[in-house]
Amino acid sequence: MNWVAWKMLNGDTVKYLATVFGVAFGVLLIAQQCSIFVGIIGRTANPIADVREPDIWVMDPYLQNSDEIKPLTDGDVYRIRGLTGVDWAVRMYKGLARAKVESGMFRQVILLGIDDHTLIGAPDRIIMGDLADLRQPDAVMVDAAGYNALWPGEPFKLGRELEMNDRRAKIVGICNTSAPFQTFPVMFARYSQAIGFTAKERNQLSFIVASPEPGYTSQEVCNIIKKETEFEALTYRQFFWLNIGYYLEHTGIPVNFGITIALGFIVGTAIAGQTFYLFTLENLKQFGALKAMGVTNMRLLGMVLLQAMIVGVIGYSLGMGLTALFFEVSTKMLPDLRGLHLLWEIAAGTAVVVVFIIIFASVLSVQKVLRLEPAVVFR
Amino acid sequence: MSVATAVSESAMAHTSKQVGVACHNLVKDCGTGETAVRVLHGITVDVLASELTLLVGPSGCGKTTLISIIAGLLYPTSGDVSLFGTAQSSLKGGKLVNFRARNVGFVFQQYNLLPSLTAAENASIPLLIQGMPRPKAIEEANRVLNDVGLGNKLKSKPNQLSGGQQQRVAIARALVHQPRLLVCDEPTAALDAHSGQTVMELLKRVAVQPDRSVIVVTHDSRVYSYGDRILEMADGRIVSS
Repeated sequence: MNWVAWKMLNGDTVKYLATVFGVAFGVLLIAQQCSIFVGIIGRTANPIADVREPDIWVMDPYLQNSDEIKPLTDGDVYRIRGLTGVDWAVRMYKGLARAKVESGMFRQVILLGIDDHTLIGAPDRIIMGDLADLRQPDAVMVDAAGYNALWPGEPFKLGRELEMNDRRAKIVGICNTSAPFQTFPVMFARYSQAIGFTAKERNQLSFIVASPEPGYTSQEVCNIIKKETEFEALTYRQFFWLNIGYYLEHTGIPVNFGITIALGFIVGTAIAGQTFYLFTLENLKQFGALKAMGVTNMRLLGMVLLQAMIVGVIGYSLGMGLTALFFEVSTKMLPDLRGLHLLWEIAAGTAVVVVFIIIFASVLSVQKVLRLEPAVVFR
Repeated sequence: MSVATAVSESAMAHTSKQVGVACHNLVKDCGTGETAVRVLHGITVDVLASELTLLVGPSGCGKTTLISIIAGLLYPTSGDVSLFGTAQSSLKGGKLVNFRARNVGFVFQQYNLLPSLTAAENASIPLLIQGMPRPKAIEEANRVLNDVGLGNKLKSKPNQLSGGQQQRVAIARALVHQPRLLVCDEPTAALDAHSGQTVMELLKRVAVQPDRSVIVVTHDSRVYSYGDRILEMADGRIVSS
């Protein structure tokens, strides 16, 4: 009888497709919006998230996110190095600078100043140039998307010059980085150079990044730093979530995306539920005839659930395919969308939502079938 | 032909035939309390095997309720029905459904064919319900469709068939599993006179068997001549037989 259920379902092509597309549309909205939301919120922690060597971040105790920084003094790094459990600690600068190219066009850039000696904090996905060249005078590395923003349509070329804070900077490398929240170009320079590329302040040290000695956990060292100094010390993961938490709490992003995701859920449920319900309602006479001919309620329940499952699986697959296609095409065509992709956790979560939609549609429909008097066929 | 004439002609040869359906003091009330309405008033009647029995009467007289109870689709308020010796009151829930699946065939006024299935697929449904593998069920259905003259329409869908042809598919579906009782509800009501006659001839020729009872509910006086026996109902009672 499963075969009969399948034939009944796709007998009316228009209704069948409407139900499938209802689910697919819901899946597309939910999965796409969730992925963009997670991608954009994740960007708030970039480019900090790219710096993986140190697991300990030391900062001003009132810092709320990595974009609003109260600098520490240069000498603070020595205090941290002297604490028990700290293997090494280096300076790190993060700030905004204005980069002007030969044509006069300028862009705001995110400037990361990495340790002069060890180059800890340097990008790990270099696509042109050599990391060691960062030791040259005025050397900077720029991310590929940033290069395209500064010199649109021009091929990558090392040795190009630009100006930041009236100082010459020379491109010695091009790298890939995780897209930042503001989609500004990301530049890397040695710490000593970086602080010269921005407006002068009395203190300019944004963070001290450190690593625990063997035998200490990062959390233990963070606790020691907090106890022995007036600074805040967070593990990489804690700092990552501090940034995300700030944007979740202080911007309209979650509400905005939340509404769209909820709409996707409601629209998907409404379209799929209503079409499937109408489909069952229109086939009620047929279900009644089957019931009269000796099909049990359990078997009818199985048939309706099978129909709902087929609609769910096809609708889900179609919706997921469209979502994946959207990211595949859009991230290639629009560099600012780079890094946004469909996460497996979202695909799994959406599957749970589809199961709910399908159960809802089935429960709505199956009640009519189960309560149906087989004698209705004679009326 | 009047009901009385038809009844007197058919009443002669009752005695030697087996009783297929025996209804004993059937009462059916619909609704409860003050709104309760008695639809059947203690009907006691036997329907013989190897006969085509017509059940006639005005709208609302209880014909549909009576055949629904006989077919095991409704429970009577009191009284009992036995089908070839099996009392339906002894079968509850799933047992009754299984009994119905094996022993009762249905022909509906509106055919109730599944629009997405071919004639052969539609006719095979009772066998599929009983768990027969699909290829074998289709093969059986093809055989019965040949018997009803639709051997050339096996792969046609209902919307490609005329009303008369659809009803013949419905008859094939009702007979494919060799039921002991065939219940037909107004099988000619949606058909023109010629198609109606064809359907009744078919029922008479193919459906009536020595070990099968056939009950046809009808308003159509033109088909009375096909009945071996006519039961006339009025106000929930059999008034002549």
